[in-house]
Amino acid sequence: MSHPESSSHLSRREILRGGAAVGVALALGPAAPALAQKKTVKLAFIGPLTGGTASNGLGGRNSFLLAVQERNADPKSKYQYETEVLDDECKPTVAVQAALKASSDPQVVAGVTHYCSVTAIATVDTYHKAGMPAMVWGAVLPEITYSHDYIEITRVNGTMINQNNVAADFAVKTLGFKTFALIHDTTDYGRAHAKWFTEFVQKAGGKILSTQGTAKDQKDYAAELTRAKGDKPEVIWYGGLTPDGVRVKVQMDKLGVRAQFQGTSGIKSDTYNETAGPSAEGTLAFVEGAPTEKLPGGKKFLDAYAKAAFKEPSEAYGPFAYVAANLVIDAIEAVGPDRAKVAQRLKRTKNANTIIGPVEFDDHGQNTVSLISKYVSQDGKWVLWEDSEYASGKRTLPGLKYKKL
Amino acid sequence: MPPLELLLQQAFNGLMLGVMYALIAVGFTLFFGVLDVIHFSHGDIFMLGAFAGLSVLAGLHAAGIGGGAVALALAFLASILITGLVGVAAERVCVKPLARSSPLMTLLATLSLGLVIRESVLIFYPRGADPKRFPQLLPQGGFELGGVAVRYENLAILAIGFCAMVAVDLIINRTRMGAAIRAVAQDPEAAQMMGVNLDRTVDATFFIGSGLAAVAGLLSGLYYGEVHFIMGITGGVIGFSAAAIGGLGNVYGAIVGGLLFGMLQTTSAALIPRGSEFRDVVAFAVVMLFLIFRPSGILGEKSVERV
Repeated sequence: MSHPESSSHLSRREILRGGAAVGVALALGPAAPALAQKKTVKLAFIGPLTGGTASNGLGGRNSFLLAVQERNADPKSKYQYETEVLDDECKPTVAVQAALKASSDPQVVAGVTHYCSVTAIATVDTYHKAGMPAMVWGAVLPEITYSHDYIEITRVNGTMINQNNVAADFAVKTLGFKTFALIHDTTDYGRAHAKWFTEFVQKAGGKILSTQGTAKDQKDYAAELTRAKGDKPEVIWYGGLTPDGVRVKVQMDKLGVRAQFQGTSGIKSDTYNETAGPSAEGTLAFVEGAPTEKLPGGKKFLDAYAKAAFKEPSEAYGPFAYVAANLVIDAIEAVGPDRAKVAQRLKRTKNANTIIGPVEFDDHGQNTVSLISKYVSQDGKWVLWEDSEYASGKRTLPGLKYKKL
Repeated sequence: MPPLELLLQQAFNGLMLGVMYALIAVGFTLFFGVLDVIHFSHGDIFMLGAFAGLSVLAGLHAAGIGGGAVALALAFLASILITGLVGVAAERVCVKPLARSSPLMTLLATLSLGLVIRESVLIFYPRGADPKRFPQLLPQGGFELGGVAVRYENLAILAIGFCAMVAVDLIINRTRMGAAIRAVAQDPEAAQMMGVNLDRTVDATFFIGSGLAAVAGLLSGLYYGEVHFIMGITGGVIGFSAAAIGGLGNVYGAIVGGLLFGMLQTTSAALIPRGSEFRDVVAFAVVMLFLIFRPSGILGEKSVERV
């Protein structure tokens, strides 16, 4: 039973609390009612925040948060955006749980989802069943957009088909390599990369000497590299992500495998150069779109990212997460926070002006990015091939040196 | 069939792997021998050893003592000390209080501790999510012997690994503490009645086992040139499997098991078509066969019914 006095007299703490509230309201002044009027809309971000590919996931998350922060600071935006950041650990089962959590929350209108292909492909049905628009920001497996006609799924980055076409043509026709030993992780990502790369290398006139699948996050590649070494390939190609790519390259050097090392977009990260150290020199990698600093709005993005003082770098796919968040927010601003309407709007995106250049989705919600950039690791940094000393002839790729021996 | 030199190279690769597995496996077997517990955070203790060594090396580098044998020796000593003490703390927190509970409780507690250690490195180590480059402090370069590429650093890693194993053998068989460990492993109550301090003996066992994991962690960093916070997951499972193959409770069995597991992984990747995809399947299938047909392992004396 409550004491009658306790309800009629204010305690000192209550008076202080009330005073503080009045003070805050006075300090905010006329801005406070404007903030209060804005309806809150929730957006989800899903990516690998822990595990081997966490550096890419954290870069994507930061870029997504940057886009949301900028929009919340914009007085013209109609809504106040809240975020729900979820970790998929680059694992399909965890990703489905995260997708279920986000899509079953009616407040979440749309999501910017997945860096890893294995997680993106595993969750398309979940988003479709829940009717939640999900824009993929990093995964490159073609089936993510092309294996269905779900209106909810769109992808702002390109697929691995173009990437491997360019990579194979460049290695065979431009650099003159003829023989390849393939190592790939046994996820959908690695397998599909190996399939497309094989197809395009053979079309270009090259020869695949061996293909070996390895477990994701495998530590030791000595057995596979020794086996590949026996075939004397001109190129060791790896289809997988950064941590494993580092191991393959470092162990390749330690075993004395004299071949060029070529990877996919999965190894194009700052972490690759930092961890592999001198071993990274001369590695080739291919990524959709132009380098961030050369993107139409790349400088603006990099400046804003630096100003936000995130702990982690944005990595190769950060700009895509940033653009995906902006496209989703633009759609919500245009049609309101309604999942079905936002999905319709996103799927019809044509010629959107973004920091990665114009974005246009085809019938499957796939951004039709035709540009693939070729990179080479030079002095601990990824340098666009055309700007590198390897292209100018000042330096020679390791694989070309070995070829002459 | 691949040419002989490739087979020899694969055998050498297997030996390198096996030495590191053996060092982890010895820890598992010591803990099981003395306390009948499977200490499932031991894999993450191995990872912690590598990161402790890396931090010490970074500190020494900042203090101008980077490079060379002195820095490496200091890193080994500090890493063994730090990791050994963490191992003792792990025993006091997760094993001792649950001594009278079901073995499942200890298993769950140590598994959870492993997760805590792993996630702590991820969160608190600067940019802990990324793999970290490990300084190459062992002599680089090498030579070819019968078509086998042998690096000087490989020889140094083998030497350090075998020295660590010999040191453990000497501690267990030639010291008073070793005698106490053996006595407790045989019969804890009788050992106590004969004046053996049980708590101190258990602490020493966990210090030695965890210190060996630190050596394995540092050797792994030196061999692969990088360390990653998830390295303890497979390291722990393989270390435990190696101890089980060799015979839980038998130190020599753990060494044999570690070497065998390394050989199994490399030879299956080398000799079986598409073997690289199935190397772990083959290696763990052998573990299962051992558990079914010879549960006491190759050199084991104790039953593994509690596993």
